Amino acid sequence: MSTAPYAIELKDLRKSFGNTEIIRGANLAVQQGERVAIIGPNGAGKSTLFNLISGRFGPTSGAIVLNGKRIENLLPYEINRLGLARSFQITNIFSRLSVFENLRCGVLWALGYKYAFWKFLADLRDANERAEQLLHMIKLDRKRETLAMNLTYAEQRALEIGVTIAGGANVVLLDEPTAGMSKSETTRFIDLIREVTVGKTLLTVEHDMGVVFGLADKIAVLVYGEVIAFDVPDAVRANARVQEAYLGSVLADAQAAEAGVGRPAVAGA
Amino acid sequence: MDATATSASAVARPTSRLATGRLVVWGSFALALLIAPLIFRSSLAITMLSQIGIAIVACLSYNMLLGQGGMLSFGHAVYSGLATFVAIHALIGAGDGSFPVPVTLIPLIGGLAGMFFAVILGYVTTKKAGTPFAMITLGLGELVFAMSLMIPEFFGGEGGVSANRVVGKPLFGLTFGPPIQVYYLLAVYTFICTAAMYAFTRTPLGRMLNAVRDNPERVEFIGYSTQRVRYISFIIAGFFAGVAGGMYALNFEIATAEVVGAGRSGLYLLFTFLGGATFFFGPIIGAILMVVSFTLLSEMTKGWQLYLGLVFMFMVMFAPGGIASLIMMNLRLAAHKRLGRVVGWYPALAVTALIMLAGAAALIELVYQLQLGAGLETKVAFAGLTLDTKSAASWSGAVAVMLVGYALFDFTRRRFGRVWGAVEGEIAAENAAREAR
Repeated sequence: MSTAPYAIELKDLRKSFGNTEIIRGANLAVQQGERVAIIGPNGAGKSTLFNLISGRFGPTSGAIVLNGKRIENLLPYEINRLGLARSFQITNIFSRLSVFENLRCGVLWALGYKYAFWKFLADLRDANERAEQLLHMIKLDRKRETLAMNLTYAEQRALEIGVTIAGGANVVLLDEPTAGMSKSETTRFIDLIREVTVGKTLLTVEHDMGVVFGLADKIAVLVYGEVIAFDVPDAVRANARVQEAYLGSVLADAQAAEAGVGRPAVAGA
Repeated sequence: MDATATSASAVARPTSRLATGRLVVWGSFALALLIAPLIFRSSLAITMLSQIGIAIVACLSYNMLLGQGGMLSFGHAVYSGLATFVAIHALIGAGDGSFPVPVTLIPLIGGLAGMFFAVILGYVTTKKAGTPFAMITLGLGELVFAMSLMIPEFFGGEGGVSANRVVGKPLFGLTFGPPIQVYYLLAVYTFICTAAMYAFTRTPLGRMLNAVRDNPERVEFIGYSTQRVRYISFIIAGFFAGVAGGMYALNFEIATAEVVGAGRSGLYLLFTFLGGATFFFGPIIGAILMVVSFTLLSEMTKGWQLYLGLVFMFMVMFAPGGIASLIMMNLRLAAHKRLGRVVGWYPALAVTALIMLAGAAALIELVYQLQLGAGLETKVAFAGLTLDTKSAASWSGAVAVMLVGYALFDFTRRRFGRVWGAVEGEIAAENAAREAR
C-alpha cells in the first residue's frame, strides 16, 4: 500500500436486507483527489453503497476506511465530522429555512460552533462569510432570502450540493446530482460540480454516460453488489467483462441519445 | 400585543433600520408591561396581568419545542408544574429560615428545578422524535401526575402545598405582598425571559433546532446529532418552563397536583397553536388569549371550554398558522401596498362566521342546559332569546342558523380565497421581476 492513505477504501463490504444480499463483497480503493463515477445497472446497489459509506446503514460485514480510519461502525454525523459529506438523490434540504440559512447550517459544525447557544449567528463572521461565498459558488445570490421550499427544482439541486460541500469535507459523495434535470441544466450543473469540488475526492453515482465520461477520472462499475471494474474511462470502456455485463447496452443507449432518440434508460439503484 | 411582529418580518432589511426596529419593538414591549397595570387598575385586572406574564413565559418555552423544534409535547406542564412545587418548598424554606433565599429569586429556583427535571426526563423523551416523542411526553405526564398524588409529603396530596410569599426583610420597601408589587416582579421576569428566548432563536443551536424540525435526517449528515440538538434545546425549554412555574408559585402561593396535569399541558399546546407556532411572538398572543378566556369567558358561559374547542377546530382548519400568521400575512400584503384589495372581504367573513358561531353557540348552550338542568330546567337564555331544550324549534332553529352560516361563510371564504390567491400571484410576479433585474 502507498504511503498516503486512500481517501476511501472498501474491503469486502457486504450488506444484506433480510435474506437478500445487496452488496456482495465490494472492494474499492479511491486515491486522494480522484473523481470517481460509480455506474451500474438498476438494482446494482449504487445508492446502498453510498448509504453504507455515509453511515446511513451499517454494513453486515467488511470494512470502510476513510483517510485511514475505520468508519463502518460510526454514525452519519461522526463520519461527517471526519470529513465526508454526501448529497441525496431526492432533494434533502431545510425547506422552511432560507437559502442562506441552509448554507450557514452546513458550515456551523465544521467551524467549531457545535451546539452553542451563547453566541449570536449574526456575530459569527467566518460562518457568514463562508455561507456568502457558498451562495456565490452555487450561483444563488439572488435567492439569498428565499425559503428553500420555494426554489425551482434545479435551484434546489444546486442548494443540495451547496449544503453538501458547506462543511469543507474532503471526500464528497454525490448521489445522482443531475437526476431529473434537462440536458442544458445538466451541462451547466456539471460545470458547477467540477468548480465546487476542486481538490476534493469525489464519488458520484450517475446514469448519464455523457456526464460520467466528462466528469470522472475513474469509473467503478458495480454489478450485483460487486465492483467488477475500476479504472480510467477508456480502460473501462474496453473491458470485456464490463461490456458483457452492462456497458455495451448503455453505450448503445448513450449513442442513441446523442443521436436525439432519448435519454439512456438506466435509472439509479 | 404584536410587539415582536416587525422584527420577525424585517430579516432582509438593512442592519441600521433593523437595529432601530428592534429597539422600538422591545421598547414598546417593556412599555406595555410597565403601563398595563396603570390602564387596567382593578384587582382582577392586576391578577390577570400577572397570569398573562406567567403564561407568556410558559407558552414561549413550549413553542421552543413545538414551533422551533417540531416537537409536539403533551407533557410540558411536568416541567412548569414540578418547578412550581420546588419553588413553593423553597418559599416555605425561606419563610422558616431553613433555606434563606430572597423572594425575588424564587422564579430562578423554579427555572433550575425545571432544568433539572428536563435533564433527567428529557434524556428519555428526546431519544425519539415525531410521534414516539409525543407518546413519551404523554406517558411521562401521566406518570408524574399519578406520582404527585402518591407522594403527599412533597406534593401535599389533594390539598396541595401552600406558602406565604411575604418573607424576609423588605427589599427597598418592597414586601411583594401586594399584587401590584408581584406583578412588576413577574413583569421583569417576563421581559428578561422573552428576550432570552428570542435571543436563543438567533444562535447556532437555535438555528440547528429549526433544521432538525425541517429535516432531521439531513442534519445528521452535516455533523450534528439530532438527538443532542433536541436534548439541549429541551433542557433550555425546561428551564424557562420552570421559571414560569416559579412565577406561578409566587403569584398563587399554592401548588396543587393540577399544575403538573395533562390538562395544563394541553392548554399550553392549544394556546401556543392558537397564537401561532410559526412566529416567535405567536405564543405571546396565545398566552393573552389563555388568561382572558380562562377568566372572562368562563364568567360569561359555563360551556366556555366547548367554545374553546370550537375555535381551536376552526383555526386548525382555516388558519393553521394561528393568529400570528394571519397578522403576518396581512402585513406582507400591506408591505406590497395591496392590503386594500382584501380588507373589504373581512366584514363579510366576520359576519358569516358570526352567524355560524351563533348557531353553534345556541346548540352548545342547549346541550349544556340539557346536561346541567338534568331535564328539570329546560329554558336557557341566549342572546335575548329564550331557548328550550324540549322544543324542536329551538334545536332545529340552532342547527339551521349554523348550517346557513356555514354555507354563507364557506361561499365567502372560497371567493375570498380566489382574490387572495390573485394578490399573492401579483406579489410573486413582482418579486420575480425584481430578482430578474
